[in-house]
Amino acid sequence: MNEIPVSIKINGKQVTASVESRTLLVHFIREQAELTGTHVGCDSSSCGVCTVLLDGDKPVKSCTMFAVMAHGHEITTVESLAPGGVLHPLQQAFWDQHGLQCGYCTPGMLMTSVALLKHNPNPTEHEIREGLSGNLCRCTGYNNIVKSIQQAAGVMSQAIPAAADD
Amino acid sequence: MTAPTTEKFAMGKSMKRKEDPRFLQGKGNYIDDINLKGQLYMALVHSPYPHANIKGIDSSAAMKVEGAVACVTSKELNAYNVGWLPTFHGLDKQMVLADGKVLYQYQEVAACYAETREAAYDMAELVEVDYEPLEVVNNPFKAMKDDVILRPDRENKTNHIYNWNVGDSSATDAALAASDHVVKQHVVFPRCHAAPLEPCGCIAEFDTMGRLQFYVTSQAPHVYRTALFLVLGIPEDKIHVISPDLGGGFGNKVPVYPGYVCAIAGALVLKRPVKWIETRTENLTSSFARDYHMDIEIGASNDGKLTALKVNTVADHGAFDAAADPSKYPAGMFGIVSGSYDFPVAYANLDAYFTNKQPGGVAYRCSFRVTEASYLIERAMDIVADELKMDPTELRRKNFIRKDQFPYKSPLNFTYDSGDYEHTMDVALERIGYKQLLKEQAEKRAKGELMGIGISTFTEVTGAGPSKHFDILGIKMFDGAEIRIHPSGAGIIRTGSKSQGQGHETTWAQIVAEELGLDPQNFLVEEGDTDTAPYGLGTYASRSTPVAGGALALAARKIREKARKIAAHVLEVDERDLEWKDYKFEVMGAPGKSITMKEIAFAAYTNPGDNEPGLEATLYYDPPNMVFPHGTYVAVVDVDRETGETKVRRFLAIDDAGTIINPMIVEGQVHGGLTEGFAIAFMQEIAYDEAGNNLATNFTDYLVPTSLESPSWETGHTVTPSPHHPIGAKSVGESPNVGSPAAFVNAVIDALSPLGVRHIDMPLTREKVWAAIRAAEGQAAD
Amino acid sequence: MFPASFEYVRAHTTDEAFAALQQHGFDGRVLAGGQSLIPAMRYRLARPAVLVDINPIKDLEFLKEENGFLRIGATTRDAALEFAPWILQRYSLITAVSKVVADPIVRHMGTVVGSVCHNDPAGDWTATSLASRAVMVVRGKNGLREVPIDEFLVDSYTTAVEEGEMALELKIPIPDAHTQGSYQKIERKVGDYATCAAAVQISLNADGTIRQAGIAITAAGPIAMRVAAAEAMLVGQKPSLELIKAAAAEAPKIASPNADQRGSSEYKKDMTRVLVGRGITEALQRLGVNA
Repeated sequence: MNEIPVSIKINGKQVTASVESRTLLVHFIREQAELTGTHVGCDSSSCGVCTVLLDGDKPVKSCTMFAVMAHGHEITTVESLAPGGVLHPLQQAFWDQHGLQCGYCTPGMLMTSVALLKHNPNPTEHEIREGLSGNLCRCTGYNNIVKSIQQAAGVMSQAIPAAADD
Repeated sequence: MTAPTTEKFAMGKSMKRKEDPRFLQGKGNYIDDINLKGQLYMALVHSPYPHANIKGIDSSAAMKVEGAVACVTSKELNAYNVGWLPTFHGLDKQMVLADGKVLYQYQEVAACYAETREAAYDMAELVEVDYEPLEVVNNPFKAMKDDVILRPDRENKTNHIYNWNVGDSSATDAALAASDHVVKQHVVFPRCHAAPLEPCGCIAEFDTMGRLQFYVTSQAPHVYRTALFLVLGIPEDKIHVISPDLGGGFGNKVPVYPGYVCAIAGALVLKRPVKWIETRTENLTSSFARDYHMDIEIGASNDGKLTALKVNTVADHGAFDAAADPSKYPAGMFGIVSGSYDFPVAYANLDAYFTNKQPGGVAYRCSFRVTEASYLIERAMDIVADELKMDPTELRRKNFIRKDQFPYKSPLNFTYDSGDYEHTMDVALERIGYKQLLKEQAEKRAKGELMGIGISTFTEVTGAGPSKHFDILGIKMFDGAEIRIHPSGAGIIRTGSKSQGQGHETTWAQIVAEELGLDPQNFLVEEGDTDTAPYGLGTYASRSTPVAGGALALAARKIREKARKIAAHVLEVDERDLEWKDYKFEVMGAPGKSITMKEIAFAAYTNPGDNEPGLEATLYYDPPNMVFPHGTYVAVVDVDRETGETKVRRFLAIDDAGTIINPMIVEGQVHGGLTEGFAIAFMQEIAYDEAGNNLATNFTDYLVPTSLESPSWETGHTVTPSPHHPIGAKSVGESPNVGSPAAFVNAVIDALSPLGVRHIDMPLTREKVWAAIRAAEGQAAD
Repeated sequence: MFPASFEYVRAHTTDEAFAALQQHGFDGRVLAGGQSLIPAMRYRLARPAVLVDINPIKDLEFLKEENGFLRIGATTRDAALEFAPWILQRYSLITAVSKVVADPIVRHMGTVVGSVCHNDPAGDWTATSLASRAVMVVRGKNGLREVPIDEFLVDSYTTAVEEGEMALELKIPIPDAHTQGSYQKIERKVGDYATCAAAVQISLNADGTIRQAGIAITAAGPIAMRVAAAEAMLVGQKPSLELIKAAAAEAPKIASPNADQRGSSEYKKDMTRVLVGRGITEALQRLGVNA
């Protein structure tokens, strides 16, 4: 078998393993790093339930990347969002606004939303809908996901000046 | 009588969902998150041909793959007598792996087991199958000629599966003949698919005791256990079915798929756990929903009173009759096709056929063919209105079953429980600003712009169902509930239903908390484990709240009755002197003297007196009738005359689902269902070409709308409780999918009506709308 | 699904990548963003024996203006263009297309050069390159060569990149202050390939006549196509409704789209007319001309 050593910093922790070159990043995350919050929903790069962040702020579909391509890079998954169990404002907002139902798309939606708000802290509804359009949801009809991101944007933009005052 | 408490304890509140923290942190436990020590991976070989004899299967090359363990075909399965599966209503059987021939493209032909997932797929690619292609029957109209018999294995050598009919045929024909107007239309509800984002999958293991531990994506785990007993002959005590968190279901996770049987067979023979997770293609090609070709005739008088309804349907069931319908209802609840209207007479007739397509006929967010029926009648009402030059809301108003007619016996044999159709429609028309929209539309039309308003005033029938009518595999469609209250007043709730995202962990706690006056936060809700949950038929067809929800309320009341005895003991009064008031037992005539359920719970374990200790109840609820949710939906669209593109500018859904348990969850259900209805109306179809090739085998061809295409939804509700349901609740999860396709299509046709367009079959793609406009303009030019 | 096995070569420099491609010939394939290639490999529709990963080559990730050209490196992501404020200000065609290629997540990995090299019949960047008269820089045995886009796009999934060669960058002439563009795309949903799309770029003379026109359609034949007749019709003329209509009518004459799930050939042909017309109209509006 064509195995290659791969080392990826996942949620701040270096994960090293020898894997086949054809191993998809999502399987590296789920099986080598044992982080199963990142899901798989299709084979065509259509659904986005596998979305993770590459090098901090780039949302990518981890089932449309080989693990070898992420060698030496940093990957952030949903498991990193609530250190110590304190929910990220986006997680809190999804909970408050009923932005999830079955939960399967949620990790991908959250990671896309994290990147979206990083690029654009005060998005309009249309910008949110555009930004989420690489992630499918079958349950919510998106209304409440949009509301969740609006809530989080509000909370996070208030939090930043407060921190700056310190 | 005590005065009703105005402020509810737990019901009717938008309580945040108890299941969410784990989902939000990536800690859900879905099927692919489960791994068993030493597990093998399974991949399936699928047929590229829609119809072919199999002359031979050679797995020698596949077995040379590094990590290959075994390859199984129907030969091996037949040796174990598990080559065929009974279908749900028991009227047909289905091949597990192709037995001598394949009957549809992507049919399962062989199962490969390997040490790694990749190796299993490498094997599947190398299995050589010698196919001899046969003539393809790709639609039911070709099938009915019986030139090619698709199922020679069956006793009757015909592609006709069954006929089903209801109503009075001759009286309907006579009424139609006597009507001032008879409107006829052929309407197709295309083949589509529920496509939850999590595909199906399973892990099968025979443990050290020889007991089958079967983890599987199932909306109905108990039915699976019994089905596995029937298929495999394993005693039910040796089968443990565990359905973990489900990433959506919508009906797709009801059937027992061939892959499950292959995984179990592999685990049995290879003595190792076997894991199988569908690819998206496998998910989209193993079952389907709808595919009804319907002819409707409606009679009406000059003044717009409906006189008769007649429907003839040709159903395409694919290669096997694997429709998931109650045994006595092969066409499900299609009899709801008379809708919200008081037809004096009606008749519905249906013939089902085999074709070389994927088998199924399972639901897609729909209570057994209600979507087809509701779409048909709501679409047809608009055509009648157009013919009579009436406003579609006025035609509906004139023919609604009136509030005072309930319980209403329909001409197609349902007894509707309750409803106030006119009120709900008025609420919707007022909120959407119907009059203003009509004015705007008239102005736009004068400028040649295409704006449409579409109405749907549907009625559903859900909550199957009463045992005298409804069973699956002979098992009556009841549901069980078990509640245990712990000494501290916390508790555990178990039911035979299975949430796929509907929020049972929250709503079930609310129902029980409301009945007992306990904190809903302190109830653990457990479903999906057949060792612990009481028997139930599962969650589909909008039956959870109507059936399991009823079971829970009644089980809680059973606990309350026992609690009364303990309360009487603790308060040293006669239990007849106690009344349940403001969520506690109070001594009548002594307002200060009372005891809460929390105190009673403690007493049940510490001071029960002569009463049996403990505080728990198990109850099986056999509903006396179905429930009939209804609603009025309004779509406002603008159609681009050049490209055929439809923009849904507004969509308002006013639902009447009876008593509401959690308004936030109800609204969420409506949003999701509307989006699925939108998808069906505009983009989803499992289409086949002439040669029988499936054209929608992944998400690049079977389309799921994104946040950008999906409209922003407006919702609201009226409340007409069900008179027979323990808490007056009906159902809502499927209403938006059932009711919305007609509103969308009616809106587009309304936009195109100045051009003379009368009907377009779904999905209303840009091209179809463009073609209709061109054809109409061409005719106008002629 | 899971891809078939392949040999992986991680290239850190262009020289390394080129050497690997030379060594493996037709067996070797460049792995850039992988957003078209990896799904095709997962379905085993593509099964390259060797993948040469150029992502680690830092020298190929650039987006800059130089010598009159916008230079886009081989590993520069679609998102780099979408999020560059100066692109938004001055490149209306690129801004428009960069928001509708694939979907927003895919655009963080997908590359412009990779997309043009993939030469999908429904590609967005190919039509854009035609309308903006781009040039591809290709490295071959004899060194670098610049290939005008019209010569670069050979046939479906085939370009002027020969065995063992690699494309290094796409050069797009910098539009002047009197140049504007528009990208018109019909797609069934975000992430779908175009049902039909048109890229338009118009430059005006000081007197208001059209100096240059770039018009291309995609998903309308085996590859994206320049509607040369429409361009010729516009150049030198003052914009008018009749002129736009006549130019747009040239598009369906050269279109030869396949019927598929996205629409019939007739529909797609007619959409080339509608979208070219709308593209010209919008580009002119951006130039302050309401025809």
